[in-house]
Amino acid sequence: MYAQMITSEATQDDPEKLTTFQARIDSGEKIEPKDWMPEGYRKTLIRQIGQHAHSEIVGQLPEGNWITRAPTLERKAILLAKVQDEAGHGLYLYGAAETLGVSRDELTEMLLDGRMKYSSIFNYPTLTWADMGAVGLLVDGAAIMNQVPLQRTSYGPYSRAMIRICKEESFHQRQGYHIMMKMAQGTTAQKKMAQDALNRFWYPSLMMFGPSDKDSVHSAQSMAWKIKMNTNDELRQKFVDQTVPQAEFLGLTVPDKTLRWNEDKGGYDFAEPDWSEFFDVIKGNGPCNTERLAARNKAWDDGAWVRDGLMAHAAKKRAAKLAAE
Amino acid sequence: MTDQEALFEYLLRLGDSTLILGHRISEWCGHAPVLEEDIALANTALDLIGQTQMWLGLAAEVEGAGRSADELAMLRDVWDFRNLLLVEQPNGDFGQTMMRQCLFDAFHIELLTALSQSDDNRIAGISAKALKEVTYHLDRSSETVIGLGDGTEESHRRMQAALDLLWPYVGEMVTPDAVDTAMHAAGIAPDLTALRARFDTRIDAILTDATLVKPDSTYAQTGGKTGFRHSEHLGHLLTQMQWLQRAYPGAAW
Amino acid sequence: MSQEWPLWEVFIRGQHGLNHRHVGSLHAADAEMALKNARDVYTRRNEGVSIWVVEAAHITASSPSDKGPLYEPSESKVYRHPTFFDIPDDAGHM
Repeated sequence: MYAQMITSEATQDDPEKLTTFQARIDSGEKIEPKDWMPEGYRKTLIRQIGQHAHSEIVGQLPEGNWITRAPTLERKAILLAKVQDEAGHGLYLYGAAETLGVSRDELTEMLLDGRMKYSSIFNYPTLTWADMGAVGLLVDGAAIMNQVPLQRTSYGPYSRAMIRICKEESFHQRQGYHIMMKMAQGTTAQKKMAQDALNRFWYPSLMMFGPSDKDSVHSAQSMAWKIKMNTNDELRQKFVDQTVPQAEFLGLTVPDKTLRWNEDKGGYDFAEPDWSEFFDVIKGNGPCNTERLAARNKAWDDGAWVRDGLMAHAAKKRAAKLAAE
Repeated sequence: MTDQEALFEYLLRLGDSTLILGHRISEWCGHAPVLEEDIALANTALDLIGQTQMWLGLAAEVEGAGRSADELAMLRDVWDFRNLLLVEQPNGDFGQTMMRQCLFDAFHIELLTALSQSDDNRIAGISAKALKEVTYHLDRSSETVIGLGDGTEESHRRMQAALDLLWPYVGEMVTPDAVDTAMHAAGIAPDLTALRARFDTRIDAILTDATLVKPDSTYAQTGGKTGFRHSEHLGHLLTQMQWLQRAYPGAAW
Repeated sequence: MSQEWPLWEVFIRGQHGLNHRHVGSLHAADAEMALKNARDVYTRRNEGVSIWVVEAAHITASSPSDKGPLYEPSESKVYRHPTFFDIPDDAGHM
């Protein structure tokens, strides 16, 4: 997911306070910034919300890659609006993280020097226009699986950010599907392009949910705290069940020969992605890790004089106003 | 040149300028100095692309050759483009982008103010809608130019360099040629000479607040709005923008 | 690392005349820029007609330990809510 493999922090707080805290969460109360919270809860949330925010920001790049090559004026506007939304979502999430006592600049520095991660999916290249469709269908489709339940997460500011994000996201997957539809109904070359995009993005999309965590202590803790709402396997299954018919409707073939409808479980049996590839990408060896981080670092470094310049001007204005009073 | 041909030319000037500038700004998406700027730049680009759809849509209608706005955008070559030279200049650093924006906005707002009184109702309608958007564009770009001009030593130096670099492209915007004069005579477009005075007043005020010095030279590069001689940059921009339509002719997207 | 732009909280009043509502936060060098940024970030979908921005550092928030004394007294005043009063349907719409 946008937040993958979040390790929860051990907590060494007063057991009585912990019990009260857990009871509040269990009864569905929201935890707010000034409420007492276990240190582990706070740290895990910073890590998770931060990684989620970073994913939105780095996630601008693979789609931004096609804004200047969009085939029509309308497609250009839609894609630009979508990538802009991602910047907005990153901003809302950083805002939520900032209520936990970390600044956006601190989080940014940690992304840029590699201390914090972002979703593995954004380390894959977008090579054709059909990839804009595949990203919408698969990547946004997978993201929604996770983000919809997160609207009910226990931390108030995170929950409110997710509500806003889900409201805005609703057009993203649809625009992707619409692109895919046009291509699938188009020329031979367009159909081929659409199938090729599906082939390349299918397994990386399955990886977005992270490896199976049914035995993970970290996940159990996060689920008890309601900052993780479902297991990775549950969400992955739900995603496959939803996406396969959508792809088939387009006349596209999911690149998994073992894919079968399993009547007993009421879902598809499907092949696991290559998890060694996943760990390589997480470690920094994905096809685009270097470019993505370089692009973010360049934007940050090149922008320093702008941020400083506007800050200096604001200070001068303040001083002038004070002097005039 | 017939009146209709002149009108078509004039509409291309409007639509091509917003198209090329919108495209240039969209290149920033994901790379701006701060998230809030990234989002704001995208808003400006979206406004300009929307205006392009209206201007080129009207141009296509006036031409009456069965071409669509998209075909005008995606299937003409450099010599058929009628955008101002200023807007095809590369983004450079953020300061250069904002200086280009501010110079264009200060012209654009005056142009649209006048065009919203045009005898041609279609032009007046589009202009009135666009004017609201551009009023905000100028508000934002001028504040940024002022902030950076008056900011740190480095930001001041960079903004002065941007102004010096882009100043030779200002003249083309505000100097009338045959098409401008014909449009003015037909009651469609304003007198650019009078507009220039209002443009100068605006820019002088902004540059003063920004502590920047307007270059002495009045030399103006020309050839963009006539299409006679664009800069080399436009061809590269079109190569990217038009690539899909050129590579897969006739496909629907 | 240079100095970060301050954090601002953003409040927006929508079309329908309801109170300004907190929608989120953003960074800006000063109040004017915060207003513009709020317009660009938080009204992309026509959400508002009026914006307030307040530097986050200037907000005083009630502390959770006051929650009892501050809010619980009103919980017992159920008569402040219209549903407290059982009015016969025959009385017409009220």
